[in-house]
Amino acid sequence: MTPHELISPAEPARLELTDVSIGYGSRLILENINLEIAHGAQVAVVGPNGAGKSTLFKALVGLLPIKQGQILIHSQPLGHHQDCVAYIPQREEVDWRFPVTVLDVVSMGRMGKSGWFRRMGDSDRKSVLKAMVQMGIDQWAGEAIGDLSGGQQQRVFLARALAQEPHILLMDEPFTGVDATTQEVTLQLLHDLKSLKVTVLVSTHDLNMAAQEFAQVLLLNRRIVAFGTPQEVFTPEHLRQAFGSHLLTVNSEMVVDECCPPDEKGGHSHD
Amino acid sequence: MINWLVEPLQYAFMQRGLIASILVGIVCAVIGCYVVLRGLAFLGDALAHAVLPGVALAYLLGGSLLGGALIAALLVAVAISLFSSEGRIKEDTAIGILFSASLALGVALISTIRTYAVDLSHILFGNVLGVSVSDIWLILGLTVVVLAVLLILYRPFLVVSFDPVLATTLRLPTQLLRGLMLVLLALTVVISLQTVGIGLVTAMLVTPGAAAYLLTRRLPAMMVVAAGIGALSSTIGLYLSYYLNIASGAAVVLVATLIFLLVYLFAPERGLLTQWFKTRGVRREIAR
Repeated sequence: MTPHELISPAEPARLELTDVSIGYGSRLILENINLEIAHGAQVAVVGPNGAGKSTLFKALVGLLPIKQGQILIHSQPLGHHQDCVAYIPQREEVDWRFPVTVLDVVSMGRMGKSGWFRRMGDSDRKSVLKAMVQMGIDQWAGEAIGDLSGGQQQRVFLARALAQEPHILLMDEPFTGVDATTQEVTLQLLHDLKSLKVTVLVSTHDLNMAAQEFAQVLLLNRRIVAFGTPQEVFTPEHLRQAFGSHLLTVNSEMVVDECCPPDEKGGHSHD
Repeated sequence: MINWLVEPLQYAFMQRGLIASILVGIVCAVIGCYVVLRGLAFLGDALAHAVLPGVALAYLLGGSLLGGALIAALLVAVAISLFSSEGRIKEDTAIGILFSASLALGVALISTIRTYAVDLSHILFGNVLGVSVSDIWLILGLTVVVLAVLLILYRPFLVVSFDPVLATTLRLPTQLLRGLMLVLLALTVVISLQTVGIGLVTAMLVTPGAAAYLLTRRLPAMMVVAAGIGALSSTIGLYLSYYLNIASGAAVVLVATLIFLLVYLFAPERGLLTQWFKTRGVRREIAR
């Protein structure tokens, strides 16, 4: 099933959030989110640490309960379209010591389609292979994922998301801590996904990349600060609202000081 | 040598003991792979101790000890998953509370019995030589059930264990699968009682899986190797217990531990000494 076949002509092809609030326990991380993203759009999600980027993604895949408001995908509530949202987790969320091979992991993406009990059919196998070739990881199909490099591991998860054939693809920080090849492959994938009409949301710390590679940017800081083209979003006023005291002015240019909290590894990165 | 191997098998109780031990060694090792990979050792131990009140109550009422154990283990499995699924307290805290509470209840019940010493010490440390024919059928039946469910639900269990986030996005019933895993673990613990006892079940769950993990790189292979180690430990342990006259459960666990240590040191790729020799070789190459 391709993404298009799932959408009946009567349903508008888009992702809608109406007055959505999300949080853990009684604490709200994101409040009053109103958002409409057209099908096939590619959106960079930016904002300071703790702005709620991961929280938004987790709510979209059904990992966090929605406290208020509603999320509609093609006018149907979340969960109506089976497995139409794919999520690529941050590296730290994966147990890399688990004894699975690259092929095992990519095949997991087909489970929504092939059913839980049955073995994979020919079409499943084809789409798994295609996804691995597209991500350039087919030569490592039999390797344990723990034996791969960080960038290769990320490509395994990208391939798995491709094998899922999602309508909506969520990538949490895919450009953080990966090698140049993986960055290149990820950007190429974003380009390819455009023609497949897959809606893509990518969270990133890299404001330059957001501005250069994405037609739309969502600037978050526990609520929506701005949403639109990079030119509309990256204004001094919006950046000040989102980043506050982390915003520096160097040679009359705005610089965001994305300095990590003291307990986190890694140095400063000035974007 | 043949004589040495055949002699114990002349006794029917040894034959039954061997069959029971091997079955338990296999089923513990296979489900134990999930225990190792998901860090559920504490949970397995808790379930084992939780059966004590069930056994004591069954003894007091004159019912089937295994039946009592089964009911108690299932109740505790359900209670743990209810307590922690609300998210109010962490799972290991929920386990800790229920585990010690049921152990206390078991001890309280036992202290009311005058002549408990023999039968209940068997529950604590196993009495594989007391396995009856009907016990064997029960063990066989439950072993088949546990292994069959693990086989049929292999893919969902794999996904839930490896990547709960993906499981949620695929709309798998993750809570249900977790609860089912708990129930399977409870069944496994109960059928292990007679061979290794409450005190040593955790070793049978964890040790073969941990050794197999160091030897393999895929879950199915890990399960097969773990099952082999479990069965081998049970067999060697039982012979040792026959010839050296030591408690059978303890012998089985000690053999499994020895196998683990050997693997830990000498595993082809991940062994401690293997890696040490490799790096020493590299260092010498560099020094040349």
